[in-house]
Amino acid sequence: MSDRAQISAAILGHIADFNKKDIALSDTTSFVADLEWDSLTVMDFVAAVEDEFDIVISMNMQAEIENVGQLVDAVTSLVAAK
Amino acid sequence: MSDLFSKFDPIIDIRANLLATGVTDPFSLVMEKVLSPTEAICNGRETILLGTYNYMGMTFDPDVIAAGKQALDDFGSGTTGSRVLNGTYAGHRAVEDALKQFYDCQHAMVFSTGYQANLGIISTIAGKGDYIILDIDSHASIWDGCAMGKAETVPFKHNDIEAMDKRLGRLPAEAGKLVVLEGVYSMLGDIAPLKEMVAIAKKHGAMVLVDEAHSMGFIGEHGRGVAEAAGVIDDVDFIIGTFSKSVGTVGGFCVSNHPKFEVLRLVCRPYVFTASLPPSVVATAATSIRKLMHGSNKRAHLWENSKRLHAGLRELGFQLGTQTPQSAIIAVIMPDLEPGAMMWEALLQEGLYVNLARPPATPAGMTLLRCSLCAEHSSEQVEEILHRFERAGKKVGII
Repeated sequence: MSDRAQISAAILGHIADFNKKDIALSDTTSFVADLEWDSLTVMDFVAAVEDEFDIVISMNMQAEIENVGQLVDAVTSLVAAK
Repeated sequence: MSDLFSKFDPIIDIRANLLATGVTDPFSLVMEKVLSPTEAICNGRETILLGTYNYMGMTFDPDVIAAGKQALDDFGSGTTGSRVLNGTYAGHRAVEDALKQFYDCQHAMVFSTGYQANLGIISTIAGKGDYIILDIDSHASIWDGCAMGKAETVPFKHNDIEAMDKRLGRLPAEAGKLVVLEGVYSMLGDIAPLKEMVAIAKKHGAMVLVDEAHSMGFIGEHGRGVAEAAGVIDDVDFIIGTFSKSVGTVGGFCVSNHPKFEVLRLVCRPYVFTASLPPSVVATAATSIRKLMHGSNKRAHLWENSKRLHAGLRELGFQLGTQTPQSAIIAVIMPDLEPGAMMWEALLQEGLYVNLARPPATPAGMTLLRCSLCAEHSSEQVEEILHRFERAGKKVGII
């Protein structure tokens, strides 16, 4: 698997922990519009992803991320920059 | 019709639905007359005030009022100018001197409100490319300061020492870092583990700012706040405070020992581009701050009140925001907004005013009835407050 594919798989695993409505996931799934996450869920989810990859996803970066694919891209570049 | 106001429709709906249940609007109460720091007339009824930030009861102190009246006579009703132009009078210097003595530090800078103090200091010292590491439950003025300064903002879970340590450890070593904490978090009235958190911030080479708005005057040996009580005040780079709580008027400040601190008067936009406080306000603030230095009896009584109310509410069966009384704020957790508003109204009918707090101001989507005590509440008043809570709680069916 490529780095991106591995990262994507791990992120999908974390999303599953918070995906209470069992929404089908793809790169275009939106965290707010589709998963309907509130700010508290977002915080817990982001913390889980940060701990998994030992990275920091700042609020500024989060503001640019709307869907799953964008998050995978952001995490992939953060991991590569380590 | 859809226009720029359409984005507010969900909030308009929540409010309309709440009012449709028949409760009084909790967000449009008018105090018709204020009798003392602890009593006012609301809706024609004598009401005990248990939802103000008048912790030390300074608003009707005779010396404070006399100082304000004298300043009105001597200096007029307002400065009509910025601190850096025509808006610095003798009184502005005098209140900054009082703060330097109160906190035993080199520099003090007074802003027109506490909100502006956080907005101005945070946005100015942490800019693009710097990092701000802050508690997720931080006050709106802190968040707005982060947004205005364009620094990279990294929140951590409320009061979670390990989460803070991990995030600091992942940041670039060479980047400028500011850790922002509060002494007392005002929604639940809980305090931060500052001893551990300040040490961790220093370990990672970060500067530390602590907002002590809700602790001034009664926490710590000299009333300097939670950082003093935790023994770490010397490692705190900036303390933010306000005149609108224990001091009993309005205004905000930052105190610091940083050698270059004074430059902020030239570069901090929320300080420069607004009018300075009126002379009467700085005169009342300076007098009040000097009296707070000698307020140990009042402090002790405030703590007695907090302990009694906390224990009494628990005995009655209310769910509280903290296991122990940690500050002068005691938060009573309500099941939801609607029963919360009903309980708030029932208390008001009993002649007791508390704060109804709801998201987004509250953490974890909670609805709270926030009680804040005053050193001027008598022990008898506290017992009466408990009776009123009991009657209202049973009427609404919360206990």
